[in-house]
Amino acid sequence: MTWANILIQGALVGGFYALFACGLSLMFGVMKVINLAHGDIAVVAAYSAVFLVPKLHVAQLWAFLVVVPLFALIGYVVQRTLLQKAIDRDPFTTLLVTFGLSVVIENLLLEIYSANGQSVNIGELVAKSWQVNSVIYVSDVSLVVLGVAVLVLGALQLFLSRTSSGRLIRAVSDDREAAQLCGANYKHVFGVAAAIAFATVALAGIAFGISTEFDPTAGGINLLYAFEAVVIGGIGSLWGTLVGGILLGVAQQFGAHFNLEYQTLAGNALFLIVLAVRPQGLFGRRVSLNE
Amino acid sequence: MSDTTLPQSAELPLLVERSTFSPIYTLVGTVVVFAFFTAAPWILASSWVSVLSNFFVLLIMATMWNLLAGYAGMVSIGQQGFVGLGAYATLYFAIKGMSPFVAIPFAVLACAIIAYPITYLLFRLRGGYFAVATWVIADSAMLLILTVALLGGGTGKYLPGLTNLSPSELDHDTYLATWFVAFVVLVATYFILRSRLGLVLSSLRDNETAARSSGAKVTSTRRLIYVIAGAGCGAAGSVLAISQPFVQPANAFSLNWAAEMLFASMIGGMGTIEGPIIGCIIFFVLQQSLQNLGAWYLIIFGAVAVVIAIWQPRGIWGLIRDTTHFELLPVGYRVSASSLSSRRRVSRDAN
Repeated sequence: MTWANILIQGALVGGFYALFACGLSLMFGVMKVINLAHGDIAVVAAYSAVFLVPKLHVAQLWAFLVVVPLFALIGYVVQRTLLQKAIDRDPFTTLLVTFGLSVVIENLLLEIYSANGQSVNIGELVAKSWQVNSVIYVSDVSLVVLGVAVLVLGALQLFLSRTSSGRLIRAVSDDREAAQLCGANYKHVFGVAAAIAFATVALAGIAFGISTEFDPTAGGINLLYAFEAVVIGGIGSLWGTLVGGILLGVAQQFGAHFNLEYQTLAGNALFLIVLAVRPQGLFGRRVSLNE
Repeated sequence: MSDTTLPQSAELPLLVERSTFSPIYTLVGTVVVFAFFTAAPWILASSWVSVLSNFFVLLIMATMWNLLAGYAGMVSIGQQGFVGLGAYATLYFAIKGMSPFVAIPFAVLACAIIAYPITYLLFRLRGGYFAVATWVIADSAMLLILTVALLGGGTGKYLPGLTNLSPSELDHDTYLATWFVAFVVLVATYFILRSRLGLVLSSLRDNETAARSSGAKVTSTRRLIYVIAGAGCGAAGSVLAISQPFVQPANAFSLNWAAEMLFASMIGGMGTIEGPIIGCIIFFVLQQSLQNLGAWYLIIFGAVAVVIAIWQPRGIWGLIRDTTHFELLPVGYRVSASSLSSRRRVSRDAN
């Protein structure tokens, strides 16, 4: 029964990791940018839910209604200004700039809100759980988060394959010059992709803030988990990211079963094994890695 | 390139040289600098000596990061892993009864040995993926150290073997250790970059495809540089452990090391030896003047680094070099058209 519990809890956490990772995956897929500030943006979203949303007289439960559109807007603006400038130089600069942003954001949060733990308060809902049997409890929040992750990934998949904006994004990601020749404004497309990425990561950040206590330094570890989920699942595959997230979650629960200290280590170990054995990830194509 | 009044080069013999000034000056300058910093504990106030000691620790890290990213094109945000491993290797040898000062070269060697197999995993990834993977490895190294009770687990441990020294003796010895390590690292980097290896590095920094097709052994060169950078950051961690002298995972493996070494190189100017030195000086001026304002020094330093990366990617030293054509520590060659009366430069830098 404990094994079943490990699988179930791992899968639930995995949905959360996938939600975190899909923005990272999208930005890499479209702009070839690894946003090293990805985790910190999620933390900023969580802080906005705690400190900004109550000022607007909105309950923190509904914070995502305010924060997600706000972050989509921020994503578009940041992409069109700072990130585009960095992309125009080279990938090297983009890495340095996003890393710089990550450190600046983390330390700004530390200065403004101190290192005290915070959490998004949704009242009694957070404690509700659903008892499967005497051993297995499924928390409602993590079930909802898994559902949201599947929904977001599905919607993103549909958006990219069925709508004209989605096709435009894929066209730019496949061949920027050719898309440009056909009249696509790639900078605007990049902005839209960043807006989607920021919106999903804001959602992930709020989910994170609801399920655990967080502090300004939480961004780094979230980036690592999201990144591991992307690489395990295979770069460029959205459903692969979901599977990668679930496998990562299961590996972590498996490690935590023996010793709580092994939780993250077991996830890292799975990541390194996948890297050694199948560097293109479980669902990835080989070419995408060496670009 | 910048000289538009270039005479017909066929009429003038071309002169290939490293520098516009005699290497004797470089040697004399190095000896003077070495003598000054070696004598510093007897000349300067003790508060200055401890600041200098921290300065040299950062200088070692920034120089190593610059070698890795500025020359070999590998953006690592996991070098704090080697800082931590160097600190813990020193702690381990000290627990086993070795003097921490004697343990420094052994800690460096241990880091080099650990770095070598890691390259086989890391080199499967490129660019941003490489960067985050280095972070994963640094994180894993920290988590592994946390589980070792002998090394103090999560709470950390005092470095033994230093109690027989009086506080002032300890300060002097610590300072001298950091200074000597920094000096060795700088001189070694200088000679690496002047050597054939440096030429390969410059070529793959400028155009990797062209370097590969010209027969440069790109992967093995990168591997060697990664190992050297790992060992160098291990040396920084080792002297850091001695200067603390309390070794704690959260501090030794702190991401702030990565941030500081990266920002210092970026601001000073990547791909030059002088750049990280200038970056470290700016960092310490900023840190000392804002030391009562918490993390603001890091926020400002990071913001400046972002601005520089976008608008002045060659950094402050790059700007100085581009405008004055002056190089303090030349590692490349320059070609000049020489005549009896005047020397005009053809190319700023053949490097």
